[in-house]
Amino acid sequence: MAHVLLRHRDIPDINQIDVYKKNGGFAAFKNAVTKMQSNEVTDVVKNSGLRGRGGAGFPTGLKWSFIDNKNWPHYVVANADESEPGTFKDREIMESNPFQFLEGIAIASYAVGATASYVYLRGEFWQVAAFLDEKIAEMEEAGFLGKNLFGTEYSLKIYTHLGAGAYICGEETAMLESMEGKRGQPRVRPPFPPSYGLYGKPTIVNNVETLTNVPLILENGADWYKNMGTADSAGVKIFSLSGRVRKPGNYELPFGTTFRELIYTHGGGVQDSLKVKAIMPAGASSSLILVDDDKILDTPMDYASVRTIGGDLGSASVIVVDETVSIDWLINKTMHFFRHESCGKCTTCREGTYWMSHLTERIHDGHGKTEDVDLLLNVAKQMQGKCLCALGEFSTMAVVTGIERFRKDFEKAVKS
Amino acid sequence: MSLVKKFPKEVKQILSKYPTEHKRSAVMPLLYLAQREDGYITKTAMQDIAKMLEITETDVAAIVGFYTLYHDKKAGKYRMQVCTDLPCALRGADEFMNALCVNLGVKVGETTEDGFVTVEAVMCLAACDKAPMFQTQGPDGIKYHENMTVDKTMELVRTLKHAIGEGN
Repeated sequence: MAHVLLRHRDIPDINQIDVYKKNGGFAAFKNAVTKMQSNEVTDVVKNSGLRGRGGAGFPTGLKWSFIDNKNWPHYVVANADESEPGTFKDREIMESNPFQFLEGIAIASYAVGATASYVYLRGEFWQVAAFLDEKIAEMEEAGFLGKNLFGTEYSLKIYTHLGAGAYICGEETAMLESMEGKRGQPRVRPPFPPSYGLYGKPTIVNNVETLTNVPLILENGADWYKNMGTADSAGVKIFSLSGRVRKPGNYELPFGTTFRELIYTHGGGVQDSLKVKAIMPAGASSSLILVDDDKILDTPMDYASVRTIGGDLGSASVIVVDETVSIDWLINKTMHFFRHESCGKCTTCREGTYWMSHLTERIHDGHGKTEDVDLLLNVAKQMQGKCLCALGEFSTMAVVTGIERFRKDFEKAVKS
Repeated sequence: MSLVKKFPKEVKQILSKYPTEHKRSAVMPLLYLAQREDGYITKTAMQDIAKMLEITETDVAAIVGFYTLYHDKKAGKYRMQVCTDLPCALRGADEFMNALCVNLGVKVGETTEDGFVTVEAVMCLAACDKAPMFQTQGPDGIKYHENMTVDKTMELVRTLKHAIGEGN
C-alpha cells in the first residue's frame, strides 16, 4: 500500500516544491480556501475519525470545532517538540515530507480562522527548523502562504519557533507558556487552548503527524480515511519501533496491525533471536506490557485493543525489551528521565520523581531492601491522580506496572 | 557590544515573528543568538535582552536556567551530548559513552584538556533507531551524529578541529 504520511518513501524528492505540486500538493488547501466554508473543512476532518497522534488520541475535528469564535485572533501551533523516549516519527516527516505537513497546518489554520501559525520544534531540531524556514519561504514565493491567498480575503503566515531542551514543552499548555517567552510549565486546565491558548487567544495545538494526515483526507474524503484502520482508530499510524529489534525505524501501518507483524515482519525480529519480555507501546510513559503469553503479540495495535492487555498505545513508540533486560534497570532509566524533566511546578511530580529515582537507583545498585520496592510502589501509587499534568502521572506507569508484573526482577535486585 | 549592534539583521528578523505587544516571545531565539559566539550567555547579554524585551533580568535568567540548551558557563568549544536514555541504552549507548570517555580522557561532564570537547549525557534526542548517537552543540549550531562508533567520533573531533584551525 502506498504511504499516506511517509510518502517520500514512494515519491523521491517530494521535499522539493515542484515534485510536491506535481503529486497533487496544495490542491486540497486551494480547494478549501476557494470553495469551502471553514466549518465544512472541520466537518470533513471530524468525519474522517482522525485522532491526535501526539499520544492522547483526542478527535482532531472535534478539537477544531471547540475554537472560541467570540475571541480573536486565533492561532494554530504545530507540536514538533517530539521528546518522548522512543518517538522519532515527526522528525522524519518534517525532514522528508515537509510540504504535506506545512499544508496540513495551512488547512487547519483556514478551518479555525488563524492568520498566523507557529511550528514549535524542540531546540535539538535546529537543523530541521532551518530547513522548514526554507520550505516556508518557497511556499510564500509560490503563493501558497502570504496575503490574499488564491485571490481571496484569506491570508496566512507560518513561523518556526525553537524550544531549548525541555520535554515538558510537549505538553500543550507548557508549550504555549514557552512560546510566550516564559519557563515551560503547564497551566491549570481548564480553560483549554481552544478557548484560552497562545497570548490568551483561542489556539489549536496539533501534533506534526496529525496535521500531516489532513491534506490527503481533504483530497480523498473522510470515508477513504475511515476505511483504513479499525472502527475505534481510523486511518494509518507511524509506529516508531526501537529497542532490541533487528531493524528499528518508522513503519507506517494501518491501525490494528499486530505487535507481531510490526516486530517480526517489519522489524526483522528480536536481536540474537531472543524472546520478547516486555513492550512499552507509548515510550517511557508506557505501562510495561508483560509478554508471558505468545498471544499478547497478536494484539492489534489500536487504542482500544492495547488497553485490553494493560497498556496504552499513546504515540505508538514501541520499545521492545528482551529477556536479558532486567526491569529494575529499565525503571531506573525511565525514572532518571522523568526526574530530570519534571518542570518543578507541582509538588507531587517534583518531589515524587525525585524520591522515586532515589529508590530505583538504590534498588538497581544493589543497596535496596524489599521494603524499598514496596515504598517505591507506594510513592508511585500515591502520586497517581494528583499531578498537574500528564508528565507526573505517566512517570508512575512503568514503575507501578514494572513492580506489579515483574516483581521477580526487583526481588533479585534487592537480594544480590 | 550589544546584541542589536552585533546582529542587527537577525534581531530584527526574530522580533518580526511575534506580535509587537508580545515581544517577550523573542527571548528564546535571542538567547540562542547571544550564545552563538562563545557558547554561553553572559550576564551582560541577559541584561541586554531584558532591556530589549522590557522584562526583568531575573525573567531572562530564569529562562536560561530552565532550558538545558542554554548555558551560563563556558565549556568546551563543542559540547558532545550523548543520548543515554532508555531506547538508546537498549542499543548500547552506555557502553559507547564509557568507551568514548576513555578515548577522550574525560569523565561525563568534563572537558578535554585542550578545551575542545565537553562530554555530556542527555535525555532522548528522538533518534532512537540510530543509536548510539549524539548531538554537537557548538559555534555552528546543533548537529546530529547518528549510528556512531568511537572511531567515527574521534574522526569527527579531528575534522571539527581542523575546520576551525585548531588541528595539527
